Amino acid sequence: MTAADPQDKYYAGIRMIRYDLVKELVLALVAVSVLVMGLSVVLSSPDDPAVTIQTWATKAPVDFVTTATSELSGQSGTAQYGPPYNNTADAAQAVGPIEPQTWAGVGIPIDPAQDFVLRPLGFAAVGNPTLTTALATYGAAGADQQQTWLTNYTTALADATVADNQVTVASGDYGPVPDLMTGLLGLARTGALDGLLLNSGNLYQTDFTRPLLFMGDGEYLSGLAADQHLTGDQWGMMNETGQYPGQTWLWLFSFWYQIPPFNTAANTDLLVIILMIALTALLALVPFIPILRDIPRWIPVYRLIWRRYYRDR
Amino acid sequence: MRDGSSRPQPEPSSWTLALRHFLERRLPLAHLLPDRQPYYVGSWVYVFGVVAIAGFIWVIGSGVVLALFGPQWWHQSGVGRFVNSLHLWSVQVFFVFMVLHLWGQYFMAGWRDGRAKTWMVGVVIFAISIVAAFTGFISQQNFDGQWIAVNAKDATNAAGIGSFFNVLNFGQMYGLHIVLLPALVGTLVAAHILLVRMHGVVRPIEPKRTAQPSDEESAS
Repeated sequence: MTAADPQDKYYAGIRMIRYDLVKELVLALVAVSVLVMGLSVVLSSPDDPAVTIQTWATKAPVDFVTTATSELSGQSGTAQYGPPYNNTADAAQAVGPIEPQTWAGVGIPIDPAQDFVLRPLGFAAVGNPTLTTALATYGAAGADQQQTWLTNYTTALADATVADNQVTVASGDYGPVPDLMTGLLGLARTGALDGLLLNSGNLYQTDFTRPLLFMGDGEYLSGLAADQHLTGDQWGMMNETGQYPGQTWLWLFSFWYQIPPFNTAANTDLLVIILMIALTALLALVPFIPILRDIPRWIPVYRLIWRRYYRDR
Repeated sequence: MRDGSSRPQPEPSSWTLALRHFLERRLPLAHLLPDRQPYYVGSWVYVFGVVAIAGFIWVIGSGVVLALFGPQWWHQSGVGRFVNSLHLWSVQVFFVFMVLHLWGQYFMAGWRDGRAKTWMVGVVIFAISIVAAFTGFISQQNFDGQWIAVNAKDATNAAGIGSFFNVLNFGQMYGLHIVLLPALVGTLVAAHILLVRMHGVVRPIEPKRTAQPSDEESAS
């Protein structure tokens, strides 16, 4: 360093001591290696298997059929979601004039009735006269007639029973809906529906938007998540399956979802996002914000950190 | 009569020379790898940042092995599961010590005397690391990853970014997680370290000096 070196000037009057930064990094690396390897050997890592539509249809066939019926009737979460999946009126979250969900528009168009139910059944109907007839009958019926069948069937599903892998409801005016649902349930139980919802027309499939939205509309997936304390009102975003630490650094993000007015608002997500962006900006700009930048002086933790310096002065 | 031969010839200007002179002036090797530090650098608080870097090295190393063998490997192989465990626990170490480092620097008002940029880059590293870890948790291909994606879509969609940052698209999340985000965090960590070395560690807070970057250029 030269005489004009700004660091020499900055540290004028301060005693300098030998300090080996490279050795410090190597020792830190060794310590972290021991810690990480020890934790990995002793605790390993969680890997609960993912849920497939096949699993869902096998373990909870009534929930599967109820959800599929709601997709067909346009009453499901996805059907009512709004952007980016569809243009459902008044579904997008907003805070006053701030409506980023609406501004972004429908970027991933989803028609749940067609995408989750009718199109896959079209593939299954090949060589299946019952299903072919059911699809033709359903398609030929008017919208009011379809809704009547679907409403009646949805009501009946509340008392549905499962026998021989079939969902059975009391007799009623359901039109072809039971045949459609029997076909879809069978398709799902074989695992074929997983593939059909994933198919994008390209060779390799990596976009799980459709199967995950469909599963997310049911209660089976969220029920498993609740059992593992993973839902939003259980601090879920920062949790992991089992006793493992998850994204614990998201504690503040998760915190807002637990308290009013956030947890009772219709636009919870947007409120929390805006708040967290503002807090992150505040953290980055601490050096320029009076009070925030003065707190370290008021809470003299620094006197503990630099106790040798203050003791020697 | 002018005698040009007695004057030193000015070096021809070029961008290369300008960069070299800037680096020589702002970041001499003696600053980049100093062997002396002020004697008050004798607290464990100074170790937090170095341990966070050590954790990050493990995160990258274990992540490279996981990427090399593909996303299915660690679900099917005992060795793969172990490497995944190394990845998980090194991420935890990285975050724990990054947060300790952040709070340590806050209570030391580490942004003083021209170090505001260093602080701000550090906060950006923290924020981008959260996104990097988030895409990693989504890319696990197990129940946790699956549920996090289903749950988190509401926040990204509400923010208006769900179409081009689709948490339900495994291919997109995996690509971001193993390439773009680690590259960004690594670059910013390098920039953060360079800024720390360019300015040196901050002096202790003096009772009569304010904890603000008022003498911003004094150490620049």
